[in-house]
Amino acid sequence: MLSEESLKKIEREIAKYPPDQKQSAVMAALIIAQDEKGWLATETLDSVAQLLGMAPVAVYEVATFYNMYNRAPTGRYKLTICTCLPCGLQGSLDAADHLKDRLGIGFNETTPDGRFTLKEGECMGACAMAPVVLVNNKRMCDAMSKERLDALIDELRESA
Amino acid sequence: MDRVSTKQQAAMPIEFKLNGNTVVGRPDETIIECARRHGVEIPHLCYTPGLRPDGNCRACMVEVKGERVLAPSCCRGPSEGMEVTSDSPRARASQKMVLELLLADMPAQAYRRDSELARWVEKLGVGAPRFAARAQPGADLSHPAIAVRLDACIQCTRCLRACREAQVNDVIGYAQRGEHSKIVFDFDDPMGASSCVACGECVQACPTGALMPAREWGLAAIDRTVDSVCPFCGVGCLLTYHVKGNRIAFVTGQDGPSNHGRLCVKGRYGFDYAHHPHRLTKPLIRKPGVAKDPERAVAPQDWDAVFMEASWDEALAVAARGLREIRERHGAGALAGFGSAKGSNEEAYLFQKLVRTGFGSNNVDHCTRLCHASSVAALLEGIGSGAVSNQVNDVANAELIFVIGANPTSNHPVAATWMKNAAQRGAKLIVADPRRTDLARHATHFLQFTPDTDVALLNAMIHTIVDEGLVNEAFVRDRTSGYEALKANAKAFAPEKMAPICGIPAQTIREVARLYATSKGSMIFWGMGISQHVHGTDNARCLIALALMTGQIGRPGTGLHPLRGQNNVQGASDSGLIPMVFPDYQRVDNPEANARFEKLWGVALDRKPGLTVVEIINAAYDRAIKGMYIMGENPAMSDPDVAHARAALARLDHLVVQDIFLTETAALADVVLPATAWPEKVGTVTNTDRMVQLGRKALEPPGEAREDLWIVNALARGLGLDWKYNHPRQVFDEMRRCMDSIAGITWERLERDASVTYPCPNEGDPGEPVVFREVFPTATGRAKFVPADLIPAAEHPDTEYPMVLITGRQLEHWHTGAITRRSGVLDAIEPEPTALVHPLDLAAAGARPGEVISVASRRGKISLYARADEGTPRGCVFVPFAYYEAAANLLTNPVLDPFGKIPEFKYCAVKLERGGPRPADPGYGKGSALAAIEG
Repeated sequence: MLSEESLKKIEREIAKYPPDQKQSAVMAALIIAQDEKGWLATETLDSVAQLLGMAPVAVYEVATFYNMYNRAPTGRYKLTICTCLPCGLQGSLDAADHLKDRLGIGFNETTPDGRFTLKEGECMGACAMAPVVLVNNKRMCDAMSKERLDALIDELRESA
Repeated sequence: MDRVSTKQQAAMPIEFKLNGNTVVGRPDETIIECARRHGVEIPHLCYTPGLRPDGNCRACMVEVKGERVLAPSCCRGPSEGMEVTSDSPRARASQKMVLELLLADMPAQAYRRDSELARWVEKLGVGAPRFAARAQPGADLSHPAIAVRLDACIQCTRCLRACREAQVNDVIGYAQRGEHSKIVFDFDDPMGASSCVACGECVQACPTGALMPAREWGLAAIDRTVDSVCPFCGVGCLLTYHVKGNRIAFVTGQDGPSNHGRLCVKGRYGFDYAHHPHRLTKPLIRKPGVAKDPERAVAPQDWDAVFMEASWDEALAVAARGLREIRERHGAGALAGFGSAKGSNEEAYLFQKLVRTGFGSNNVDHCTRLCHASSVAALLEGIGSGAVSNQVNDVANAELIFVIGANPTSNHPVAATWMKNAAQRGAKLIVADPRRTDLARHATHFLQFTPDTDVALLNAMIHTIVDEGLVNEAFVRDRTSGYEALKANAKAFAPEKMAPICGIPAQTIREVARLYATSKGSMIFWGMGISQHVHGTDNARCLIALALMTGQIGRPGTGLHPLRGQNNVQGASDSGLIPMVFPDYQRVDNPEANARFEKLWGVALDRKPGLTVVEIINAAYDRAIKGMYIMGENPAMSDPDVAHARAALARLDHLVVQDIFLTETAALADVVLPATAWPEKVGTVTNTDRMVQLGRKALEPPGEAREDLWIVNALARGLGLDWKYNHPRQVFDEMRRCMDSIAGITWERLERDASVTYPCPNEGDPGEPVVFREVFPTATGRAKFVPADLIPAAEHPDTEYPMVLITGRQLEHWHTGAITRRSGVLDAIEPEPTALVHPLDLAAAGARPGEVISVASRRGKISLYARADEGTPRGCVFVPFAYYEAAANLLTNPVLDPFGKIPEFKYCAVKLERGGPRPADPGYGKGSALAAIEG
């Protein structure tokens, strides 16, 4: 079950749409649920479906379509690097390899200490600032040279 | 020139050019539909008639002159002067490319004989694909009815639309993205573990065989197809049997008026009981000296411990002699007959005629007594007709649908799809039931009222309508009588006073009442939750009053619809399988009716109404009834307090049972006559919508099993009646002579149309889907209000028995389980008896889901597996009554509604405990049917 606070937030999102179109709030509700739980378990999808009066399978379709929704638990820091063509041409593939080397994991893997998960992402709308890395869906880091990547990893390793 | 209205414009024909020819299209059709009408074939895969066009496959692209890009003809409507080509080089190249790309992904092995993709590939001459195949997913064979092989999936989403938009079961999804996109069940679960209800609509929709009947039946070379009617519920879906040899390979839905191609799990996969090895193939006679043991049924495989095989002549002679002797020695009143709502109209008619003319009394009844007798009593009293006023799919015209005491998603699944469709379109759906069932998810209002408080809830609605001035005064004045009494009675039922009794807030009651009264069209549907109470007739009276006082009857999208349970409970009742009436509800104590039938049948008839089901059983127990003839009924399972019923049957001097299996009732017989299953004979049945529909013969009966009509005839002759019916047609023609409602329906028309709605008094009449438009069929032409007061259930929970037992059915099992527990797929899905209990009540009893629990009442005790169900209200247990090894009717209370004589199956006091013996093996079911049938 979601916390009172999350439920309140979801109510707020639902209120933005006409009462018979509650399902319009599905993406926002999934974000709120994921922020609380860290990932979207089957029970979480079920409770979102119930809140919005949707068929559970319709919620599942949304949750699996967008790769910012986590369908499995992640490390404490999920690093998503864009590998779409404009980023790829500007060095994001090298940057991805550097991340893999530094963390010792591949895409969709989590470090043994549970601190990092590496994900391949899609266009984040910041092609001019490639390579782009997103931390936990919320913090966008741009122009990620190897030095800046190292600095990011060090910072996150040391954070409490 | 006159101006053209928008409505007129919307109906104007559209002239345009298709492949160079001028054609006329309609504004409500797409190019592909118009092309089909004009004999132009355009390739298509994701489009199929009956489902919303989706336009995702792009196989139907056409060129439109003057447009830059090609257009999908399944989504595009024609416009005036448009020039469309479907066979231009550009259009063809595009169509063929789509087919080639899809073909590249197809597995080498075909999963069906008539893949639509293969057909178009051949038609358009597409060669071997030039593209690499995708990585192929493995097969999912986890479901007993449906094989999933997504390697043949072209992602056209026809299955998804069938599941979510037609049947509204919401199981199939299209998940992931890009190259990972795939069809999923729930959260990508194996189909067998998903919430799939196995309606098979997706299988019927799949163009390539990615979804197919399990065990390769879809690949069978079909010898012939036979159009018929589904033998299960009252919805009366038309279907087609696909027969190979003397075996049904699979079933598809036909475009019938009540189902339009849709079926449910029973109709689509529950046909193979006809092939079960337990079928009776020879007449049986009880061995001399073997006593009848009401405590223990004969396991079907051990039949020879009790019975010996006999020839038909021998068995019929014994059967008839026993009945004759009782008649001669003890008089007509010592005999009784139970007909069946599972048989045809012709069988029902002949059966009651046999009892009335051969036995000489009106002691004939059938299971209508156990389902809608109280509804029929109230309807006959109030509006002069026991049948529905409007057909189920009239919900398309309704603004509000009120479903009370019914669980149509389980018991009338295809009818439920029309309600769900209506709800999706925006109709208000109000579901009132003590149990939260699947339909509640689609409801705008769900009223989970306290069991046994129907009258309180409904009278509070009536009160609100009076109180807030929502009564349709004109309708009440012109069409009804007795309103003042209703109004006076309603005074005492203010919602604020009833709320604590029924558990629904007064505000909600008022809101629902307002919505019902003021909508443009409100329809009421009800089921056994209304009828199976000691106050069942009162419950129905309240519903009738609601419709009458608001004038919500007599127009499309309004009316009263008691959802009939059995496939032919309407027809069997119409045909006179009722102790107080002749065919067409002509009362036996009405001298005019009596004279009419004495003239028609040429014998003197008893003018005293006969005994009803439970009364007959009680009389048998008291040895007042000494001989019975039971055709296709199983009172040893279906009657309340069934230990008493079994003892009563065992006390009979002579019991003749005609059935297809050695049922619990047949086990107590002196003579058992092997009859035919539904696909083995010809006959008509009448569904809940008053549609008389023709069932056709698809199979030869096994061994020496004979058609039921033949058996009734033979027995009649044994009783001295001079009967010479050779074909159901002759019986039907006789029925037309005494039943005005079907007088205009000819056998030839049934053979041509398969389905005709009555009333149809004159040949050629179209039939009336909506009745009571101008008058009610009462003496005065007016309907009558009958007020109802609060009557409590006969047995209330107390400290010793603190919980309430509600009995009923489940989706997969029919009535007493005799046929569905011998159907491979149905038995595999629900093999064991279960009790539905609220998780908190289960926890309070210290039991976990899946554990054995015991449920006991003052009359008996059963043990079965617990299933946690949040939809079951606290303090209640729901038990389906289809299981011999945990027969819910051992617990039920045999008290009767005083008017309908229906027992109170929906309410008695029980206690629940953890533990108990594991449910025993009755010799069938338990997941054994599939292996027994398919080896």
